[in-house]
Amino acid sequence: MTTATYTRYELLRTVRERRLMFFGFGFPLVLYFIIAVPNRHMQDFANSGVPAPLYYMVSLASFGTMMSMVSLGGRIAGEREAGWTRQLRITPLSPRAYLRAKVMTGYTMAALSLGLLYIAGATLGVSLSAGEWIRTTLLIAVALLPFAALGIGLGHLLTVDSVGPAIGGTVSLLALVSGTWFPITSGFLHDLGQFLPSYWLVQAGRVSIDGQPWGALGWAVVLGWTVVLVAFAGWAYMRDTGRV
Amino acid sequence: MSFTATSATSDERAIRLEGLVKSWKGPSGPVHAVRGIDVTISRGETVALLGPNGAGKSTTIDMILGLARPDAGHVSVFGRAPSDAVKLGLVGGMLQTGALIRGLSVHELIAMVASLYPDPLDIAEVLELAGLTDAAEHRTEKLSGGQTQRARFAVAVVSNPELLILDEPTVAMDVEGRRAFWVAMRGFAARGKTVMFATHYLEEADTNADRAVLLAHGRIVADGPTTEIKGRVGTRTIRATLPGVASDELAAIAGVNSAERHGDAVTLVCADSDQAIRELLPRYPEARDIEITGAGLEDAFVRLTGEPDDELPATGTQAQSAR
Repeated sequence: MTTATYTRYELLRTVRERRLMFFGFGFPLVLYFIIAVPNRHMQDFANSGVPAPLYYMVSLASFGTMMSMVSLGGRIAGEREAGWTRQLRITPLSPRAYLRAKVMTGYTMAALSLGLLYIAGATLGVSLSAGEWIRTTLLIAVALLPFAALGIGLGHLLTVDSVGPAIGGTVSLLALVSGTWFPITSGFLHDLGQFLPSYWLVQAGRVSIDGQPWGALGWAVVLGWTVVLVAFAGWAYMRDTGRV
Repeated sequence: MSFTATSATSDERAIRLEGLVKSWKGPSGPVHAVRGIDVTISRGETVALLGPNGAGKSTTIDMILGLARPDAGHVSVFGRAPSDAVKLGLVGGMLQTGALIRGLSVHELIAMVASLYPDPLDIAEVLELAGLTDAAEHRTEKLSGGQTQRARFAVAVVSNPELLILDEPTVAMDVEGRRAFWVAMRGFAARGKTVMFATHYLEEADTNADRAVLLAHGRIVADGPTTEIKGRVGTRTIRATLPGVASDELAAIAGVNSAERHGDAVTLVCADSDQAIRELLPRYPEARDIEITGAGLEDAFVRLTGEPDDELPATGTQAQSAR
């Protein structure tokens, strides 16, 4: 008895979901080309000291991966509505294995989204050292942890009708105040943003721009939110399955 | 997994319910779904849990499957807690509300579920049993209503469970779909398995079960072989236009339990409508507009319990309790 087969089918049916493929991967990619292509010769974008294609590649990488992760919630809400979550509860699949498969699905989607944006960036002349690619990717992976928990929590809390707007709204707002679309270097939004996990997700991407990995604050904020949102996801799961 | 099927299920009582009580929070106060159920189902029995909507069938099933915890009382499945029986793969269930997940073929879906169990059946065998061999490569979202229910049945039996529980499995299926479904169910029961299914159709219970347990507002109102149960609840009603005959006279006809008159129309509730009509017509040849109808299960329950089912919740409440 192993849950590897189960997880493999979870992934298979996820990548077969065409709408998810389009909005999860196609949308950030299209957006990237729309924004970056006209500015591809801009070598110092908005005084950030980096070319526009690189700036927006990391921006959309943070946006796309965050969306991939939180979108777990939409799929979970759909499975709950279909009664599938209850069906799984009368199998030997443990809640732990169930949640692990969900997180792995989220990471696989995020990895695909990231890979596509890296390729798109490369076609517009983005070039980074191997060390920079790896460091960026690893930091993004860590910064996505709270968003995996957020997606699972929302999926077990909300209905299939309300989860879509909730996810779209949350991700868009977080992306905006965390400096995804334009640099926020001072003021209230900057002060607020520093305490949001999405800010550090964007900063994880910016490692390749200014060479500064997270400081103590970055790690504290990301891990702190991970703890809070894992507790939220656990609460939502227990509440949903009546195990409280 | 070191358990063999025999050691894991040495208890000859497949299901044992003792003093089971469960209430739900409804929109207008608590719904007392189950109000004291005691029943034992032996290994190998095929039992229908028969009752109208809101009788407590789904709530009882949820507790047997470990999806809901009783407020009071005790549930054991092969002598174990429901959650332990589920973990050992001894129980398969087809829940009342349910669709299939999208994005997989029928074969893939069954393989996915099979992978969760210690000793599943062969996938091809399950497809054959459920009558889905020809649809094996179809995507789950493309199946017909009947095929979807049979795929859900396949999901429930792929673990080769000792106990199979089906909660109103043929709801919203057409006649041919129902027939194919029950063929699949009986094929599984014939392997010596214990099967319990909920239904509100007396005919389904009669045709497919050895024993029927009747529930009405959360209590057992009758329990016995289906033949016996059918005799008790399977009454018929004769309606006719028949002026000028006192209802007392009509009630005295052999086979008639009670008679009522509304203007020229008379209604005879019969234990044996065949006998009653044979006596009625020679005696009152002027009777016309004659209708003989089978009593609905709801009517039968009112008679069995001697009171109207005032706590019958709306269908919406039941859908909610199924969450």
